[in-house]
Amino acid sequence: MRKAFYLLPLLAFLTLITWFGLALRPDHDPEILPSALIDKPAPVFDLATLGGGPNLALSALKGQVVLVNFFASWCAPCRVEHPILMRLAAQDHVALYGIDYKDRPEDAKRILAQLGDPYHAVGLDPDGTTGIDFGVYGVPETYVIDKTGQIRKRFVGPLTEQALQQELLPLLKSLNAS
Amino acid sequence: MIIEAGHYALILALFVALAQSILPLVGAARANVGWMAVGRSAALTQFALIATAMAALMYAYITSDFTVVNVIQNSHTDKPLLYQITGVWGNHEGSMVLWVFMLSLCGALVALFCDNLPAELRARVLSVQGMIGVGFLLFILLTSDPFLRAFPPPPNGEGLNPVLQDPGLAFHPPFLYLGYVGFSVSFSFAVAALIEGRVDPAWARWVRPWALASWCALTIGIAMGSWWAYYTLGWGGWWYWDPVENASFMPWLIGTALIHSSIVVEKRDTLKSWTVLLAILTFALSLVGTFLVRSGVLTSVHAFASDPRRGVFILLLLVVVIGGSLALYAVRAPNLKGGGLFAPISREGALVLNNVLLVCGCATVFLGTLYPLFLDAVGGPKLSVGFPFFDSTFAPMMVPLLLAMGAGPLLAWKRGDLAGALQRLWATFAVALVVAAGGLVATQGARVLSVLGIALAAWVFTGAAVEWAERVRLFRGGIGETWRRAINLPRAAYGMTLAHMGVAVTVAGISASSFAVENIQLVRVGGDLPIGGYVLRLAGVDKMPGPNYVADDASIEIRRDGALVATVHPERRFFPLQQQTTSMTAIRTNLLADLYVALGDRDANGAWTIRAYWKPLVPWIWLGAVIMACGGMISLSDRRWRVGVAARARGRMLAQQRLQPASGD
Repeated sequence: MRKAFYLLPLLAFLTLITWFGLALRPDHDPEILPSALIDKPAPVFDLATLGGGPNLALSALKGQVVLVNFFASWCAPCRVEHPILMRLAAQDHVALYGIDYKDRPEDAKRILAQLGDPYHAVGLDPDGTTGIDFGVYGVPETYVIDKTGQIRKRFVGPLTEQALQQELLPLLKSLNAS
Repeated sequence: MIIEAGHYALILALFVALAQSILPLVGAARANVGWMAVGRSAALTQFALIATAMAALMYAYITSDFTVVNVIQNSHTDKPLLYQITGVWGNHEGSMVLWVFMLSLCGALVALFCDNLPAELRARVLSVQGMIGVGFLLFILLTSDPFLRAFPPPPNGEGLNPVLQDPGLAFHPPFLYLGYVGFSVSFSFAVAALIEGRVDPAWARWVRPWALASWCALTIGIAMGSWWAYYTLGWGGWWYWDPVENASFMPWLIGTALIHSSIVVEKRDTLKSWTVLLAILTFALSLVGTFLVRSGVLTSVHAFASDPRRGVFILLLLVVVIGGSLALYAVRAPNLKGGGLFAPISREGALVLNNVLLVCGCATVFLGTLYPLFLDAVGGPKLSVGFPFFDSTFAPMMVPLLLAMGAGPLLAWKRGDLAGALQRLWATFAVALVVAAGGLVATQGARVLSVLGIALAAWVFTGAAVEWAERVRLFRGGIGETWRRAINLPRAAYGMTLAHMGVAVTVAGISASSFAVENIQLVRVGGDLPIGGYVLRLAGVDKMPGPNYVADDASIEIRRDGALVATVHPERRFFPLQQQTTSMTAIRTNLLADLYVALGDRDANGAWTIRAYWKPLVPWIWLGAVIMACGGMISLSDRRWRVGVAARARGRMLAQQRLQPASGD
């Protein structure tokens, strides 16, 4: 019995390494973190908004190409991508909506007041349940949703100038044209 | 030619490592002195070979040899010399070469300076070091060859990621690696002890200096990384619970437990199998840290190498190294003889509490870092934990640790007197209470947790001071007695006092960070921005050319009550080659508070975004880390680690064991 006790570290390690192995299976590219929801309908949400306007609901977004950006006031990388979002919002390519993830509304309000608000509207997701529905891995994450309400692309981490020019803008162009 | 020589040296090193891992081990099993002696010369040869490879790669970088793929991808002729050199480890392949270089350095140091080790133990330790070397050299040669040539050579290189062109980050990886790799020595000692089936106080004396030195390097490395994040990311944050930060923090936590539990082995000859397990786990986490960063399992800004093939190789390496050592542990550890009495209220009891809390803390960080990955791997729903998770789980676990830290050192070995210890801590209680009450009044109860954190820091700091005062009988013996005691106090005791005070300083800095004030505004040239009792005036923004970038350099006058205090120059640097912008923040510090100014974007009307923060006690976070590392190094200079002392101790031990049969645990 005492000997079995000394086996515990090994067993724990073997369990862990199996997880790692599964994460490294060949069809799983860690760089892209593909969403299971690509080309599937976006999860339904209906969230209270920052500032108290009408709720932000998926059903109301149909018929246009939208960008849904998960962010939080406590998230430093979100601030890195913020200037890019501001520029994107100014260019009118797409309707940009924010979802404030696991955050206090007053903090989010303060940040947006300081930095500028690129969003058409911001939905509140204080306990992260909408984030779970989308499969959000961490903030920031950005989803492209087409006119029929299907998720077409997912960006994990801050949007970069390169991703914007080479991936996002061409995609938005083709989605807007269709 | 030099490149090929470097490559060849690396291949030779692999075969030398192979010999180093097999011959001494077999020799130790068969008591063959000649074969055991191979370990020493092989370790030295391996170091010479890998140093050659490292030098060759560095030469390629300094001379901007663009026939080498690695140099093309990471260097540029316009890059300053310092960053051409540090560019060697600013990429995946080069950083792995740095890793094995340090590994072979550790091996060579064991070979050179452990003359007092019994021949069998040294042979086995060097053999295990050799095995780790074989694994990593194979990894480099098979999946990440830094000496790959390109033809035809391009006219110039692609340059190093601008974010990495910074003195803080240039020296952060070597320290981190020195810490990670240094723990390989305590790992090798642990495995060798398991093979021998014997762990005694002398063993702990050999392991502890290595663990302590690695711990110091890791402490400095982590602090440097955090300091870098603080001044370059431009948002005033210093710790993001980013997977890569966690990867270096986990071995630090377990390593801290290790340096404490090895004291118990040394003084009380107990807690042996636990200490061996900690030594294995510390190095295992160092490897997992490498794995997390290198395989790209977790996506992060730091994960600059992502290649599933490499991931599979590292996975195999982990299975062999960690799985193998834990299997050995499962077989041999039950036979390690334990020590005698073990009262819960005693110095060793307090150290066990410290170990339990540190390991739980590490498990929490581990869970928070890998849980999202785990759920993803089994195809479950994806879940995210961030700041909210760590703040609500890790922080509360550190509270009892800090409480115990104040009282633990005052408890005696074997059977401590908690009431007596607490009585002697009355001054500590008083200071902590005054700080807590004063803080609550000053903040009007607005930031209870931060005030309690600072009170806790005061408790730890004065606790360490009281312990020292007790030892030297300050104010109770005469001045002469106190002086004599202070001089005769072992350096290890001073090391502990200093390291614990360092923890207190860091905790105070962390707790106070919530008192920071920020002001982010659009400011025109000539405009003002008030922050924390100061007024910042944007005097102008100039274009300044750098060696491989163009900077917007702001001149900002800091005024207090109208008087000019200083002029600072935050910059935004644009690197045309990579089309990337980095931020050089300006920080004015008086060691009590930082005034932190960063320059943001310019809007269409010509106004600049200025981000200003006033951050009280924030410099203490890194100051404390430096104090901790100094404490470690002072402890390291204690005379009991010097040549000969450990061997004599072991001789005494063996003599005692012969007199009285060891008791079971």
